[in-house]
Amino acid sequence: MDSFFKDLRSEFPILSKKIYGKDLVYLDNGATTQKPRRVVEKIESGYYYGNANIHRGVHYLSQRATEAHEAARERVRQFLHADSTSEIIFTRGTTESINLVAFSFGEAFCKEGDEIVVSVMEHHSNIVPWQMLCERKKMSLKVIPMNDRGEILLDEYQALLNPKVKLVAITHVSNVLGTVNPVKEMIALAHAAGIKVLVDGAQSAPHIRLDVKAMDADFLAFSGHKIYGPTGIGVLYGKAELLNQIPPYQGGGEMIDQVHFEKTTYNVLPYKFEAGTPDFIGSTALSEALDFVDEIGIERIEAYEKSLLEYATMELMKIDGMRIIGTAADKSAVLSFLLGDIHPFDVGTLLDHLGIAVRTGHHCAQPLIERLGIDGTVRASFAFYNTFEEVDVLVKALKRIQTMF
Amino acid sequence: MTINEIQDEIIEEFEVFDDWMDKYQLLIDIGNSLEPIDEQYKTPQFLIEGCQSRVWVHATLVDGKVILQAESDTVIVKGIVTLLLRVLSGCTPQQILDTDLYFIERIGLKDHLSPTRSNGLVSMVKQIRNYALAFKLTAQ
Ligand SMILES: Cc1ncc(COP(=O)(O)O)c(C=O)c1O
Repeated sequence: MDSFFKDLRSEFPILSKKIYGKDLVYLDNGATTQKPRRVVEKIESGYYYGNANIHRGVHYLSQRATEAHEAARERVRQFLHADSTSEIIFTRGTTESINLVAFSFGEAFCKEGDEIVVSVMEHHSNIVPWQMLCERKKMSLKVIPMNDRGEILLDEYQALLNPKVKLVAITHVSNVLGTVNPVKEMIALAHAAGIKVLVDGAQSAPHIRLDVKAMDADFLAFSGHKIYGPTGIGVLYGKAELLNQIPPYQGGGEMIDQVHFEKTTYNVLPYKFEAGTPDFIGSTALSEALDFVDEIGIERIEAYEKSLLEYATMELMKIDGMRIIGTAADKSAVLSFLLGDIHPFDVGTLLDHLGIAVRTGHHCAQPLIERLGIDGTVRASFAFYNTFEEVDVLVKALKRIQTMF
Repeated sequence: MTINEIQDEIIEEFEVFDDWMDKYQLLIDIGNSLEPIDEQYKTPQFLIEGCQSRVWVHATLVDGKVILQAESDTVIVKGIVTLLLRVLSGCTPQQILDTDLYFIERIGLKDHLSPTRSNGLVSMVKQIRNYALAFKLTAQ
């Protein structure tokens, strides 16, 4: 299995680069993944030979571009196991998807005194749009707590679900702790109380099989760039019945049916939510990335990354003074830690000079870092192209760094 | 020693190492030797909050010279802070305003003073210059 994934590394030209004269060990996949050749080639051929604005031209090129864009939408539908392509909205990424829901769902369903529920481990992208909604509508934001291992407290969650709550917004996988939240169970609990749920899939889409029907999510967001696709394209899945009930997010071309100065009517789903020229090159490149992931097999990726995470956790624990931050029973490909009392910034800077790219700091989750009572973490986040040898390089580097203080 | 002589001296100290890790070892050792800032100045008033690290800086004017104290929560930033104090503390306000801190680039640490690093160092240098300017203006 190991050699299968190792062979895939040649698809990613950057992985054979040297940084400060050292072999690059890229462990910042939670921030963004590297791109395989075929995705970049798709972008290149799209711009060279397939470029024409979509949905509006009568000419050949426009037809082809429109078909490619709509085929990409179908590709995403399959990836998420959604019912219909009208439930797949292209956005700029997870952040824009969440903002869309916070605005449009908020307009349709929320009023003064209502509540939104998020968890303590959310990324700022899944906090701030809700705070803005709460401010706009004079609502309040409630927070689901977690235990010290980084697991959601389901009893406390259930206690928060009251008739004032209009929506629960929860991350599937924590970008800091790696915790895989029991979203299916959480959605069932919310639904039982008549509450809708948005799932932030930014950190799960690249690692775990997603099935919006099985989990019964009302909304789910993810970003192309974290799943080997291009930056600037992302997805919002929404149940058609809900999307039909909420107003558009932005106005412009594409999203209209008839425009008159007296009254404008809106286009049907999903176009109602796609104002302006969409990133039709990005969508096809994302589709290519999803093909790539699918050909490898998401279950196979998940199993390999799990063994990598287990190995890394075990090896890191052997280092004196090592503190793993986030020890939930169910974790995905994220490993946060602190090396003794050494500041994460110092560890990250030195790892960088040893060719190892990690992320340090609060990871856009300041409330979580505060809850943990620390200043930040060092985070290694894995992709299927990472190897066990790279984990060894990381461990050796950390041991060396420890001797420098 | 003039300001530039001190800068050149620092460059020499770092030039003997060609391996990055050796340079950083020196920087860490220097950082660990920094006297902590007086507790009374380790307050939000003197804090520069970077995204990655925090720096405290305080300045007083003694006999026309700017005396600087500073600290950081990370050892590497503390190392750079120590070097900055070695160059700038004890100078006149005008000297501080006139100084081109070329040593940072020459010892290969320019990245740490890039605005995108957000480790507080850029703001710290700006803050020291602001102190110097304020001292100069009140003296006039
Ligand atoms: C859990 C989570 N949510 C949301 C985001 C935001 O994604 P993007 O910046 O692609 O919109 C991220 C990215 O770091 C994330 O990890």
